[in-house]
Formats: sequence, C-alpha cells, structure tokens
Amino acid sequence: MSPEDQTVPPSFLLEVKNLKKHFPIKKGFVFSQLVGQVKAVDDVSFYIRPGETLGLVGESGCGKTTTGRLIMRAYDPTSGEIWFDDCKLGRVNVAALDKQQLRQIRMNMQMVFQDPYSSLNPRMTLLQIVGEPLLVNQVARGSELQDRVAELLKVVGLRPEYMQRYPHAFSGGQRQRIGLARALALNPQLVVCDEPVSALDVSVQAQSLNLLQDLQSEFHLTYLFVSHDLSVVEHISDRVVVMYVGKLVEHARTEELFYKPRHPYTEALLSAVPKPDPRQRSTPIVLEGDVADPANPPSGCYFHPRCRFCIEKCRTEAPQLREISPDHFVSCHRADELDLAGVTQ
Amino acid sequence: MNNSDLLLQMKDLKTYFFLDEGTVKAVDGADLEIKACSTLGVVGESGCGKSVAARSIMRIVAKGGRIVNGEIMFHQRLRDPETGSRSSNLVDVLDLAALNPHGEKIRSIRGAEISMVFQEPMTSLSPVHTIGNQIGEVVSLHQKLDSKQAREKAIDMLDRVGMPLPQRTIDRYPHELSGGMRQRAMIAMALSCHPSLLIADEPTTALDVTTEAQILTLMRQLQEELGMSIMFITHNLGVIAQMADRVAVMYLGKVVEDASVEDLFYKPLHPYTQALLQSIPRLGAKKDRNQRLASIRGSVPDPYNLPRGCPFHPRCARRLDICDKEEPPLVKVDTGHQVRCVLYK
Repeated sequence: MSPEDQTVPPSFLLEVKNLKKHFPIKKGFVFSQLVGQVKAVDDVSFYIRPGETLGLVGESGCGKTTTGRLIMRAYDPTSGEIWFDDCKLGRVNVAALDKQQLRQIRMNMQMVFQDPYSSLNPRMTLLQIVGEPLLVNQVARGSELQDRVAELLKVVGLRPEYMQRYPHAFSGGQRQRIGLARALALNPQLVVCDEPVSALDVSVQAQSLNLLQDLQSEFHLTYLFVSHDLSVVEHISDRVVVMYVGKLVEHARTEELFYKPRHPYTEALLSAVPKPDPRQRSTPIVLEGDVADPANPPSGCYFHPRCRFCIEKCRTEAPQLREISPDHFVSCHRADELDLAGVTQ
Repeated sequence: MNNSDLLLQMKDLKTYFFLDEGTVKAVDGADLEIKACSTLGVVGESGCGKSVAARSIMRIVAKGGRIVNGEIMFHQRLRDPETGSRSSNLVDVLDLAALNPHGEKIRSIRGAEISMVFQEPMTSLSPVHTIGNQIGEVVSLHQKLDSKQAREKAIDMLDRVGMPLPQRTIDRYPHELSGGMRQRAMIAMALSCHPSLLIADEPTTALDVTTEAQILTLMRQLQEELGMSIMFITHNLGVIAQMADRVAVMYLGKVVEDASVEDLFYKPLHPYTQALLQSIPRLGAKKDRNQRLASIRGSVPDPYNLPRGCPFHPRCARRLDICDKEEPPLVKVDTGHQVRCVLYK
C-alpha cells in the first residue's frame, strides 16, 4: 500500500507511542548514587506503514540509534508503547513482551548495523554468520541450511561459493551485504537499518542504496532507516522523522519535509547540507553554539537557545507534537506563522 | 604559467609503503599545483592516496612509507612572522621532497609555513595538555615570544576562530570540549603562525552537518582575513563544491582529473569523475519513489595488486581495448583542465 492511498484506513506495521528511554548517570563505584538522567529518547511517537521506508534523521546524540534499538528491544524502554503488527501473533506491544515472546517477534524484525567491520564475527564463516539465525530458530539445518544461505547470498549480490570464507576477505561494501543477508535470513517484516551506508565509500554507497530498494520491492520489506545524511534519507524514504536531543521535532512525508519544512531546526539542517554544485554557494543558516546536553537540557523547547525565531513562550513552555496538516507533525509553538525555506531546485 | 602566484607544485610524486605483505603504491605519480590565496580541493575515496600526498608535503609520512620519486617545490616568500603579511618577493624555491624529514629546515616550515588540520580532533590533540599549552608550543617554537606573550597569542587565536570565552577555554583539556570546539582549537593551533598553506585533511568528516557548516564558514572567513592557501582534502563532493577554487580528483594514487570547480561539476571528463557525480544522492533531486542511483560497479581494488594499465578500467563504463594495457597519459584538454584518460588523447 502506498502512503498516498487514503481510501483504506491507515494500518500501521509499527506504531510507537510516547516512547521514553532515560539512562541513569551514576557517580561513585561501590556506593553508587544516582546523580541524573540522560533523556536519550523522550516522548517519541511515530508510525510506519507496511512496505514503506521511514527515515530517522538527526545529529549525533539525538537518540536516533537508541530509538532503533528500543524498537528491537535491545534496550528496555523506560516507558511507552511499541505496537508491532506481527504476521503470526497479530498486533502486540513489543515493550511489554517477555523473553519467550520476544524471540518470536524478533524473527520478524531484524537489524542492519552501521559498522560492517565490527558487526560480523571475524571467527565465523559466511555460512555460520548468515546461517545462525536459521539454526537458532530451528528453521533449517544441514544441507537445507547451506542451500538457504547460498540463496540469501545470491539475493544480496554475493557469490555462493564464498560461503566458507571469513569476513576479513571482503571489502566494506561486501560486508554490508553479508549483514543484510543475515538480516533477511528469516524473512522479516521490518528491518531497522542503523546508518547502513555511512561507513561506505561514495562509489559503493550507491550500489548499497539500490540493493536496499530492490530487496524492499522483492520481499515487501518495511524499513526504519536511521541516518545522519539528509541526501541519503531523502533518496530512500517515504516519510521522515527529525529528532533533536531525544525529542521528535518534525514528522512528515519526504517531499513535504524537504520542500516545506515547518520546524526551524529542520530548516537549519537542510540549509547546512553542502550542495554538490559550485553555482549554488549559499550561506547556510549557521546555528550558534552546540547541541544541548541531554543530561541537562534547556527549559521550554530544547531548541530555543539556537533558534532564530525564539520568543518568550519558547523559553518556558515545551511545545507538544501536533498534526499541522494531514500526515505532517511538528512540535513548535510558531509553526503556523513561520514561513521557512526548504530545499531549492 | 605565471610563477608569481604559484605556491606549491608537486611533480610526479611517488610515495610507496614497503610492508611485509608487499609494496603499497599509495601515491603513484601525482601532480598538483596550489596557487597563492586559493583553495585546492582534493577529492577521492578511501585509499586513493589523498592523505598520503598531504602528509608527503608535510614530510610526516607514517613508518614504512617513503617518497621514492618526484619533487614538491615550495615557493617561499618573505613574510613578517608577527602579522603574517607577505611580500610578493620570492625568497627561495625549496624542494620539500629532498629535505631530511627530521632536519632543521623542514621543522622551520612545518607548523609555520605549512600547517595541517586533521580529521579527528580527539586523536590529533594531546589529551594530557591544555589547549593553551598546545597552541603555545607551536607559537614559542616558531616565534620569539615569552610564555606570557605566547599565551596572549593563543587567546587571540582562539578568539579569532570563534571559541566562546577564550580566556577560560585556554586552560581546558580537549576532552572537556565538544567535537566542533576541538576542531576550532585545532584550526587555531594550525593558524597561529599564519601559514601560507593550510592542509585540511577531512576537517569536517567527523562532525555533524550544522557544526560542519560552522567550521566551513569559519575557514572561508579566515582564509580571506589571513590570505592563505588551503589544500582541502575530502571525499564529500558537496564540501568540495562549496569550498574549492580548483579540484583534483584522485584514484589509486593518481590524479585522474584536475580542473576548476566549475568545470569539474559542469564539464567532468574522466569517466570516474562523471560516475562519482552521478552516484551521489542530491537534495531536491528526487522525482519519484523508485528512483535509482547510477552506481559504479565493483569496489576499489586491493592496493597490493593493482590492475594493469588504467587503474580504473575494471570499473569503467567507457573502457576501450587499450585501457588494460597502457597507462593513460595526462591530457591537457583545455586551459586549466587536465584528464588522465585515453578517450581524450
């Protein structure tokens, strides 16, 4: 189903509601004391429809990776709900599942990691790496396992003869394909891609993005695509979520978010991307200062100390996420009155 | 060629690494020219030798590496060490490649006439010295100042690079600063002796986009103020388009194309340059959901056994029969536009 299809009532593969993850800051070793909290993810809500790609962008430390890991339940959320429409179990709250049920759910949601060098065990062959999820979940064994792994390697564009080799024999782009084959082994519904192309060279990045798109249409995959690279996110996503210091600041269809952003932070992010065109030497909107400290965030809107449209209300009152137009969510007090610039052609 | 504005000329530079596994020809016949007060962008993927070329200029090539051929002519001008203002009178033309890398001559140039900003500010700054000590060391090494004057000079430099509260930051350690602030400190240190050439090796790669925009704006501003040349090394074509006057594209140790920034982006000649430009996702270029990127097949070859003939031929879309036999010469196509490809012979 395409996101434009408004006649069908919206069904979500994944719906995240008021998700929070606060990491404790402890001081002392033996008699450790709680001295504060890092609000890595703070009240984040969004949804993903089946078959689409949701991009999750933000600067380092904004909580985008944590959000991805919370959905996989690699971390336990502090509070909030993660509703996942599992093809066997139906609609379940991932945040409330026990270990046994989690194993079942995780067969349908998989993850691809950023660093293709550290996310593959150097002592395991491709057969062991890609075959492990099949073996652990008792899907296949023996020669059936080999056939299945060979097929998976072929799907991601690697030669099945390489099955007995170790990861060190492969380049960065090829390793990323191995990680992808492992993620696809169990035929998942949702794949969380955490910066899958950031560590790759420019010339290899395009191959990997094309492969991700091909696999999506072939296996009807749904992606949560976490990245800091706005050009890549625009290319691959149907909808985009922008995060800043643990908060969701804007969530909209890709074209809308890039051409008509409604949050000043989104506008500044877009203008900061260096454009690969010497005739478009624009002066970016330079944000003063640094990203706020998530352990000690400013009052009101977290973005207000760097925002050029800041008014008194922004300093005292935290804005709520609201739907400003259909499928376009923003958390800014002044979203209605501001006329912000998006990407120009 | 008017010699009066030439600052640095690299001719047929070859820097090889002699390792147990074999010889890596990191830079294999590179020609570059840097003019006074202009920016040369050097672009290429990992392993193309762009960093080694820069380190060869500074004569700080890592262990095992050696300049085996070529010259690096540095046109030294009379200058006032206090203000850094230069007369147009040529003092000396030095071949940096012929100097002893531990000798007095190169040490008087390194840090004073030519200085460098590295990619990772955390690993290139000393963690056990304060920012002030590290800047002060450079200043007192090259200028006859006592410690009090050196400290004042350091504060002045920190102020120039836009460091908030320079009087206090000067006594901080690198770990107390954010990534952007560390990079500012690095730049302050590099510029403290008013070099005529600043080599910036991926100075913004480790930074977020909004911080990157801050640093790029700062570098442009300082270049105007201090009248220096910049050799800007990056793999990001967007940054190149925004910063450079001339661009050299490197592939496997060779400069494959050398042109003005305008020509490179609007009239790219080498198949590698053309493919690179087509393979990057651009903001605002997305037309429909299933748009695919043009990709370059394969990946960068293993440095121990490079392909014969043109190093790009296994991946080239426009290869001819001759490409795997003969090494293509550098062809001058237009004034100030050179390309290493048989298609233009």
